[in-house]
Parts: sequence; C-alpha cells; structure tokens
Amino acid sequence: MSLQDKDRIFTNLYGYQPWNLDAAKKRGDWDKTKKLLELGPDKIIEEIKASGLRGRGGAGFPTGLKWSFMPKESKDGRPSFLVINADESEPGSCKDREIIRHDPHKLIEGALVAGFAMRARAAYIYIRGEYIREAQVLEAAVREAYDAGLIGKNACKSGYDFDVYVHRGAGAYICGEETAMIESLEGKKGQPRLKPPFPAGAGLYGCPTTVNNVESIAVAPTILRRGAGWFSSFGRDNNKGTKLFQISGHVNKPCVVEEAMSIPFSELIEKHCGGITGGKDNLLAVIPGGSSVPLVPAAQIWDAPMDFDGLRELGSGLGTAAVIVMDKSTDIVRAISRLSYFYKHESCGQCTPCREGTGWMWRVMERLRTGDADVGEIDMLWDVTKQVEGHTICALGDAAAWPIQGLIRHFRPELERRIAENVREAAE
Amino acid sequence: MADRHLEPDTPELRARWSGFAWTKENAAKAAEYVARYPEGRQRSAVMPLLDLAQRQVGAETGTQGWLPLPVMEYVAKYLDMPVIRVVEVATFYFMYNLVPVGKFHVQVCGTTPCMLRGSDAIMAACKKRGMAKGHTTEDGLWTLTEVECMGNCASAPMVQINDDNYEDLTPERLDAVLDALAAGKTPKTGTQEPGRHTVEPVGGPTTLKEMVKANHDYRKEW
Repeated sequence: MSLQDKDRIFTNLYGYQPWNLDAAKKRGDWDKTKKLLELGPDKIIEEIKASGLRGRGGAGFPTGLKWSFMPKESKDGRPSFLVINADESEPGSCKDREIIRHDPHKLIEGALVAGFAMRARAAYIYIRGEYIREAQVLEAAVREAYDAGLIGKNACKSGYDFDVYVHRGAGAYICGEETAMIESLEGKKGQPRLKPPFPAGAGLYGCPTTVNNVESIAVAPTILRRGAGWFSSFGRDNNKGTKLFQISGHVNKPCVVEEAMSIPFSELIEKHCGGITGGKDNLLAVIPGGSSVPLVPAAQIWDAPMDFDGLRELGSGLGTAAVIVMDKSTDIVRAISRLSYFYKHESCGQCTPCREGTGWMWRVMERLRTGDADVGEIDMLWDVTKQVEGHTICALGDAAAWPIQGLIRHFRPELERRIAENVREAAE
Repeated sequence: MADRHLEPDTPELRARWSGFAWTKENAAKAAEYVARYPEGRQRSAVMPLLDLAQRQVGAETGTQGWLPLPVMEYVAKYLDMPVIRVVEVATFYFMYNLVPVGKFHVQVCGTTPCMLRGSDAIMAACKKRGMAKGHTTEDGLWTLTEVECMGNCASAPMVQINDDNYEDLTPERLDAVLDALAAGKTPKTGTQEPGRHTVEPVGGPTTLKEMVKANHDYRKEW
C-alpha cells in the first residue's frame, strides 16, 4: 500500500502555498501546541521512542533515545541546548532546504517541542551558508513565531521560556558533523572534537547539547498529534515512518518526495521519477543515501526496500535518502573520483589519515579514471581506504573511503579494463 | 582546505580599508547578531559579522565583497578577540572571499549529482564567455568558481550567483541568465525549466496535487 496524501507530513513541500504563519496554521501547524507540551517531557520522549523515529541526518540513531540522554535537571546551573543541524551539504541531499523554505513553521514548532522535551533553554538552527534565501525565510518565520508568542517568554502560554536562534554557516561540509557544528557555533574553525565527552554531557559552551537533523525535529509535532502508532504504521520493523526521498541524476524526472519508509527502489523511481533515463535496462548503479555510502549495482538495487536495514544488507546505507541514480552513459570511475575530490576539498585537515589520505586517494582515482595505473594499485588503493577508515576523529575519513570501496567491490573489472586499454594504446 | 591565501598586507590596502566601520544600518544588525549568543560568548558572532562585513565591502565596491585584513581586524576588535582567531575562521570557510571578486560571483556546482546532469556544459558555457576558474574578468563583471554540492540536486545542474540560485540549467538558459544580469536586469531565480515550480517532478506533482491550487488542510481526512 502506498502512502496517501493525508499521511504526508510536509504538505507544502513544493511551496505552491505561502510559508507564512497564517498559511502554516491553516495546514495544521501550531495547532494547540500548548496541549502537546502539557504531555510533559517524559511522555513526549516516550511517544517519540514508541514511534520508531530514527534520526534523518544519516546515522539513523533513534531520536527519542537521543533526547533521553539529556539531563533531567541541571545540578550545576548549566543550561541545556538543542542544536538543529540544517547544514545540509551531503552531495545528493536537498530535503532540509525544502522544509526550511516552504514549511519553516514545522521546524520551529518542532524545535519548541523537542527543546521542551529535553529541557533545553534555547535552540540554535545551524543553516548552511549557501542557503541564503532559505535562511531569510527561516529568520522571518522565527520573527513571526516570536511576535505571535509561540516562542520566547512563556512560549504558547505554557509557562516555558524558549528561544530559537538562526546561525548561518559559511561553506564547510564538515560543520554537519555534530561536534564540528558546536565548534563553529562557538565562533571557531569547524574541526570535530574527540568524543567523549559526548555533546549530551558537554556540548555547546560546555553545556549539555543535543544535535538533531531538521527533518527529525520537523516531524515531531505531527507524530505527537497523530500518535506513535500512526507513524510506526509505515515502513518495516526498525525502519518506521515517512521519509523525504531526494532523487537526482539519471531519472526522467528528478524530484523530492515524501514516501513511506521501505518503499521499493523500483516503485520510488517508476511512480515519482518517470523511470530511469533510457529505461530500466539502462540503469548502471545507484548511490542510495548520499555521497558517503557505497554504490549499489543495478541488479541488486531494483527490488530493494529503501530503508536503513535493507540498504545495509546490500553493503550500503540509507544515509539521508539522497538517491543518486547513474545510467549506463555514466563514467562510473569519474563519478566516484569527483566524490573523492569533494572529500579532499572538505577535509578539515585535523587528522593526518584524512588530510593526506583524501588527496592521495583522489589522485589515484584520477589515474584509474584514465587507466594510467598498475593493476596492483587497485589493491593498494583498497588498503589505503582501510587505513583511513576508522582512524580519524570524525566520520569524514570513513565517508571518503566508502565510495571508493564500493567502486572497487562492484566495478573492479572496469578499472582493470581501463588499465589494460591504456597499456595497449601506449604499445601502439 | 588548501589554496586559500590572504591578499598581501600592503600600505595601499591599509590606506583603503583601515577606516572601515559599520554603517548605521549594519551597526544595528551587528548588535542583533551578538545578542543571539549568551553573555561572554560574543565571539560566536564572528561568522555572521564576517558575512556582514563582506557584504558591506561589497556594497562599497560594487562587487560581491571580500575581506581585507583591516576589516578582519575591525571585526576582531568589535568582538574583543585575537585577530588570528578571526583570520582562522575567515580562511577556513569558503564563503569568505579572501581576495577581491567581481560584481557577480558565478559559482558553478560541479559535484557528482550536478555532473551527472551536465555541469560540464555549464562550466564550458562560462568559459566560452571569457571566464576562467579562480579569476575575475577584465571588465570586473564575473568571477568564476567551481563549488561543491550546493544542495539543489533534484533541480541540477545549478549555479549560485551572489545570493540567488539558478537551477535546471542548460548552456542556453545560463546564457539568458547571464545576459540579463549583465544588462542590469533581474532574471527569474530558481528553476529555469518552463512550467516547473520547484522540486516537484517535471510536468506536475505526483503527490499533494490539491496543494497546487489551494492551501489544502488534510486534517479533515485523518
């Protein structure tokens, strides 16, 4: 059974209607928010846990559980903070942008509800710097919410004081990593921190902090209104709810669309994207969750359920549900090499394996692209990806390694063919 | 994070920029930014203030703006933080221009999702007009940069020019946008695909069709 419109959370996803407070209220936002808060922090967290919501930023950590790590009372006077990760920069990802520019009040209401549940005194929404117009909409929406008494002192007349601030980034992918984001919010270079301490213990300004993705926060009010049972009626076990999928690359109609979790890849593509360019048989491979996850060859992806566990079984991942489709016209080595360049460009330079490794891997990838390499270098490249993976403070090193590993795993014959062809041409 | 260099600190640079101070309007904005952070944490505002300063330089020079060293020193003094900490931030984040740029900063996304949709042709179209990566054209109109994923993947390929995005580009559509900008006009922003609204499938949405015409309230159907 496919998802019906009445069960879609982001009804103004395409922005046909205004984003402002009046219009948002008519769609159901800020509807008796005070009653949601009256559930109390513990009940809200219980409900989010029961809904099965897993973080929408890529890692898929259970959202309710994350909130429950926050201290219930401050023993030393330190306040708690909610940081909302709107630094959407993973290649392929373009969903938070649509939430922010077309349905910002869902996010702001979610910030209040989530902030209240984790007993935070304020939320900082960290939006990537390149989302300039989007940040303008968000700031205007925040002002509207303040003016209407929905946030600020005595938010929604609940007796709870809660501030929401917008902080613009300035063009650094790494700030999507939660501790780098906290560093950046403190006015520093966005270089990740060692964990522990985890942000829930010592995050922003040394205070307990939870960092959540935009989509995770924006769906919370609707889950509370409709109940955990409603949300968990979509998707397979352990992969519940609805999800914004972003399909780019070689489909006839790229788009962003909200669908039920676990929807088969084929249905997602046929129903919303007008199919693969040149037809199903023209599909080469898919990167199903944003640039950081390994690619999946056509034969394996076609019937796969698009969810956390289904894609992990294929050696890949759901990530942000940014589905990059590549047909047979793709230079697959170049497509992955371009991602290697991206990671080289975005490495923050803090850990040696990543700083040096990303550049090294990209240079070898560029030689493999033209076949100007020795067959043994494929294994050497594999080895180096394994030396980078797991040996850095944050996951950027892993993210740089995985796409290359996926390429070698599934397209080794293509790499060898290019090398052989290059040798033959040189001989001629 | 390599290949980022400050403009040399010359007497001419000092002479031009050491008098930098917020305009009245920007002084109010700067105070508002600082107030977003807890007391004693004012250096959190360094990023918005650098952006504000870059925009003010842009307004004064008729370009997108950049950050001369004396301007960074002004921001450091304003926030009571060491200059080196401000320079660190300015050099770490790519949106801060460390050297002068042109009136229009044409930022072509070249990451894989845009590449798959034809960003090579977009880059070539820019070069055909005399632009070169990392350079400003002699008339001071265009600075060309290849940037990493801008998050417009479902309407790729795209360019960001100063504050606006132009999506679903072809070389012809890009030329039309650039011609309009050069002529001092304001071309339509967002998708350049005729009939497309934002990121719905081309030809009309497959979901939420009621929303196209009216602000539909789906709660009645819950």
